[in-house]
Amino acid sequence: MLDVQKIRKDFPILNRTVNGKPLIYFDNAATSQTPQQVIDVIVDYYSNYNANIHRGVHSLSQEATDAYEQARIKIQKHFNAKHSYEIIYTAGTTHSINLVANGFSSLLKKGDEIIVSALEHHSNIVPWQMLCERTGATLRVIPMNENGELILSDYDALLNEHTKLVFVNHISNALGTINPIESIIEKAHAVGAAVLVDGAQSCPHLKPDVQALDVDFYVCSAHKICGPTGVGMLYGKEEWLIKLPPYQGGGEMIAEVSFAKTTYAGLPHKFEAGTPNICGGIAFGAALDYMNGIGFENIAAYENELLAYGTEQLQKIEGLKIYGTAKEKTSVISFNVGTIHPYDIGTILDKMGIAVRTGHHCAQPIMDFYKIPGTIRASFMFYNTKEEIDAFIVALKKAIMMLS
Amino acid sequence: MTIEEVQNEIIEEFAMFEDWEERYQYMIDLGKDLPLIEEKYKTDDNIIKGCQSKVWVHANMQDDKINFTADSDAIITKGIIAILIRAFSNQHPKDILEANTDFIDKIGLKEHLSPTRANGLVSMIKQLKLYAIAYQTQLN
Ligand SMILES: Cc1ncc(COP(=O)(O)O)c(C=O)c1O
Repeated sequence: MLDVQKIRKDFPILNRTVNGKPLIYFDNAATSQTPQQVIDVIVDYYSNYNANIHRGVHSLSQEATDAYEQARIKIQKHFNAKHSYEIIYTAGTTHSINLVANGFSSLLKKGDEIIVSALEHHSNIVPWQMLCERTGATLRVIPMNENGELILSDYDALLNEHTKLVFVNHISNALGTINPIESIIEKAHAVGAAVLVDGAQSCPHLKPDVQALDVDFYVCSAHKICGPTGVGMLYGKEEWLIKLPPYQGGGEMIAEVSFAKTTYAGLPHKFEAGTPNICGGIAFGAALDYMNGIGFENIAAYENELLAYGTEQLQKIEGLKIYGTAKEKTSVISFNVGTIHPYDIGTILDKMGIAVRTGHHCAQPIMDFYKIPGTIRASFMFYNTKEEIDAFIVALKKAIMMLS
Repeated sequence: MTIEEVQNEIIEEFAMFEDWEERYQYMIDLGKDLPLIEEKYKTDDNIIKGCQSKVWVHANMQDDKINFTADSDAIITKGIIAILIRAFSNQHPKDILEANTDFIDKIGLKEHLSPTRANGLVSMIKQLKLYAIAYQTQLN
């Protein structure tokens, strides 16, 4: 069991007020809040051992390097990667995806096919479109049904010997659908295609085991799992990371340089050009420690309760429609009320101290599917409470009254 | 009335309200009375960028004065644009160009003035002034 009142004390931001009201933060799918334990690690780094890594002989550099590499091992253990060098530090999910998409430029040719799902974050569709433009490969899309679930029979029909790569998110940010990635991966492998899973939305709620999944690439951002912004990771199977050419040139990623030829460093440094987000990497490790301290089973059980409670309370409101009713989903509720514009409701809720997301959630194709301009999205994390949901419902009713 | 006089009138109206609720309720009511744009002008060209909601604005000139009509799919946005249009409509292009928009702050809607705010009030003001520039050039 999880003691939410005790947990809430870890998050200083939850004490603040917004527009004179206690903050109710329901925009966790955009970014999560940071516990004191992680903030302390960041302060400690800059107060005590800030130095560049991997290059100094002096003590500070050594301490920073050790902490950074220790954090990599934490990440490796968390995701159960076989080797720590299969964990590449990046600036976040978007950067990780671009790194892989770029690497595939040299592995694809005209006639090859890439499959993406209809549930993607639209900024993540762009790297694949660019890759197709560069290589002449074709982009195919797995469609979704009215509940916001991928239609797997259509996926089967898209797979063939030309399929080289499948890209799918583990959990949809707009609707919260948990995609059946186990079977998506297995079927892709059966035709010899690699699979990249976007774990930006899954990592806050569950603990993926990349070896058990047999996934080729898995990516996420630290800021969605109680860590800082601007840092994330790419897990890649060793064989794939060897095959992919480096993404950016610079210091740290080379073994030897001459004007005639440069040899690249081994993994993971081949993909880590320049001075990285050292403090961010260390804090990423601390964030995983924090979440593992609470336990992902406890987190999932508690968040499922919040999801069930929130869904039940929202459904009592006349004219309210929930988008994304997949059987398997996380604590994300996307909805609209009658013909009221999501922006209007979001604005009034903000006046009452409640932070929700409104708009298309970077998932324009999903909004087009439902023929709506956007939704209001409330997303819960383990530090939210049923009392907050109650306050949210009261505020929502008031907003509806004002706007009708 | 001059733009400044209209603005002062709006400031006085909003000064009667005690809290944000009454202010927003009034703004929503103003939105319902917005001088609506004719359907034929609701084209993609007339959409103001930078808004989470859609906003269309159209302007025409009569007797050297500009009149604005508009619409939005969000009611609060409609209210904001109704306030702006009330201040700027039936005015000479030159006066519109010279007008300042401090009154938005004074009626307690300062938060909407942030250029990063998704409602695009700043883009709306810019668009109204662009119309004024265009008509001013015609007059010269
Ligand atoms: C499913 C999904 N993919 C990718 C991203 C982008 O993550 P980042 O902005 O941290 O690169 C997000 C963030 O909203 C997301 O929800």
